Amino acid sequence: MNLHEYQGKSLFAQYNLPVSKGRVIFNAEDAENACNEIGGSKWVVKTQVHAGGRGKAGGVELIDKAELAAKFAEKWLGKRLVTYQTDENGQLVNSILIEECVDISTELYLSAVVDRESQKIVFIGSSEGGVNIEDVAKNFPEKIIYQGIDLETSNIEEDATNIAKVLKLNDSQTKQFIPMIENLLRLFVEKDLSLLEINPLVINKNGDLHCLDAKINIDSNALFRQPDLQKMYDESQEDPQEAEAAKNDLSYVSLDGNIGCMVNGAGLAMGTMDTIKFYGGNPANFLDVGGTATQARVTKAFKIILKDPEVKVVLVNIFGGIVRCDLIAEGVVAAIKEVDINIPVVVRLEGNNADLGAKILSEANIEIHSINNLAEAAKKAVELSK
Amino acid sequence: MSILVNKDTRLLVQGFTGSQGTLHSLQSIEYGTNIVGGVTPGKGGKQHLERPVFNSVEEAIREEEPNASIIFVPAKFCKDSILEAAEAGIKLIICITEGVPTLDMLDIKKRVDSLGVRLIGPNCPGVITPGEAKLGIMPGNIHKPGSIGIISRSGTLTYEAVKQTTDLGFGQSSCVGIGGDPIPGSSFIDILKLFEDDDQTEAIVMVGEIGGNAEESAAEFIQNNITKPVISYIAGQTAPPGKRMGHAGAIIAGGKGTAEDKIKKLSECGVHIADNLVSIGSKVSEILNS
Repeated sequence: MNLHEYQGKSLFAQYNLPVSKGRVIFNAEDAENACNEIGGSKWVVKTQVHAGGRGKAGGVELIDKAELAAKFAEKWLGKRLVTYQTDENGQLVNSILIEECVDISTELYLSAVVDRESQKIVFIGSSEGGVNIEDVAKNFPEKIIYQGIDLETSNIEEDATNIAKVLKLNDSQTKQFIPMIENLLRLFVEKDLSLLEINPLVINKNGDLHCLDAKINIDSNALFRQPDLQKMYDESQEDPQEAEAAKNDLSYVSLDGNIGCMVNGAGLAMGTMDTIKFYGGNPANFLDVGGTATQARVTKAFKIILKDPEVKVVLVNIFGGIVRCDLIAEGVVAAIKEVDINIPVVVRLEGNNADLGAKILSEANIEIHSINNLAEAAKKAVELSK
Repeated sequence: MSILVNKDTRLLVQGFTGSQGTLHSLQSIEYGTNIVGGVTPGKGGKQHLERPVFNSVEEAIREEEPNASIIFVPAKFCKDSILEAAEAGIKLIICITEGVPTLDMLDIKKRVDSLGVRLIGPNCPGVITPGEAKLGIMPGNIHKPGSIGIISRSGTLTYEAVKQTTDLGFGQSSCVGIGGDPIPGSSFIDILKLFEDDDQTEAIVMVGEIGGNAEESAAEFIQNNITKPVISYIAGQTAPPGKRMGHAGAIIAGGKGTAEDKIKKLSECGVHIADNLVSIGSKVSEILNS
């Protein structure tokens, strides 16, 4: 689950990390007041969306009059911001962060992730901040440090000093940096983060370290023990169909083809998409109905797939391990009757009670192409999609 | 021979009396697995599926001497359950549950490694040695004793590979689902080693998917250490970058972990690629009959 910048910064503040004085607003009327509360004569106004590249897209501005904050808010609130990281519809702006302006002398990069290979939390630091870090990694690998930190056995002071060297910090900045790494690590562990990124981490005109941005992703599997973070979920940042699916424990990702897919298991769902492509078709979506598919969920899945107007045929591919194919078949039949599907449906059932499932489909008196072989089923769906 | 489990496996079920534990224990017993008992704290002393229920793993070990454990408890209790079994002395633990927090797995992995415990999963279908023992949630009837070792990150994809090798008459020595999480208890490499040393296994099918670099690491290991033919299929060749495809593991970030990269690396290291999900079986056939 992603957090907005202002939410991330509120966590940073809780963990004694240096962030700018700021206010978040949801209405343009509150903008001037917010500026006055913050004080000073220059502010940064930043649209809050779950995507990077806001500055280049006009979603961040530097202003020197409080009324300009209101103008900026009027322009953006309720609109969608399109950046190079969003799709062509962009992300809805429903809040704006107003912050005091920081005089920057140097921009650095700092992040932390769980590294699969070393099975540790790894901090990534670079002297090149404020830019696309992937380009730096590719072109100047010597300017990036990957420092694994083990909670029980690491000497955090030593590790932080290693990173500080690559960031080219001086002694007094390194002294600020060591507790910063300690606090970030504590935040990472206590709040079950899967990603934390500060781009840029800056050195201000006074020579002090300052977190100018905050990108935080939380391990969704751990949300059960993070009730405060759960409340920060912003549904408006999700694709509406994907959010609707998630509510029903379905994993759905919309794609741009015309063959709707309903599959059990993420791996098999990807494999089914690949098979469709292999035979010259185009999948309209990824959809995993999960291991415990019930009739209600199958019906819901059909409804979500059919909301996409491009879909010309639906391919159902179920390999029953935990799920019983006869239950899926009943779900398919009930869904087709309930949803009033007027496009062809190809169903491939294999595994647990597949024979019973096929029998139910053939006796249902509706137009279903029941094909036991996956290659043949995919070919049929591709043929019907043309 | 086979790997990890066989007819001598004495299985303990943690989360025995819950709905998932009950359903899959019944199917495992039907398959012929020797389930010696289960653990459900607070229900010790009772009988379930005609087997004893214990309050703790330690108690179960004292009474029934299990040598493997399978875990069906909810995700938030998995860390405690895995560590309980590991510390009590169980050397093979299979965790079926999905949704275990990643930071829990970092702790768990360190502990089980230091105790010399083999952990399979979490978020996996389990392990089966056809005709001998089924420790997991896979449909038993698609398997057949034979010569192919199967390793996979995904449940239902494993079944697909199993079905195809059964239909072509090869059958399987053992099948291991290592799970799709970012930090799995066992890696492809861990299981590849076991299949290399197993006499019954003549060829290995490795089913991977996008995300991470487990397949790339495995590829190098195969080149240097595995003498048996390895056939691989990688799912997610058509998945768009940056999208999370259900599994926590299946996300392509920063241009790393794409199917294309993985296939290239595997081919370079001498692994035979099944370029399509439906051609895994025929690829095995082609390699073994050439």
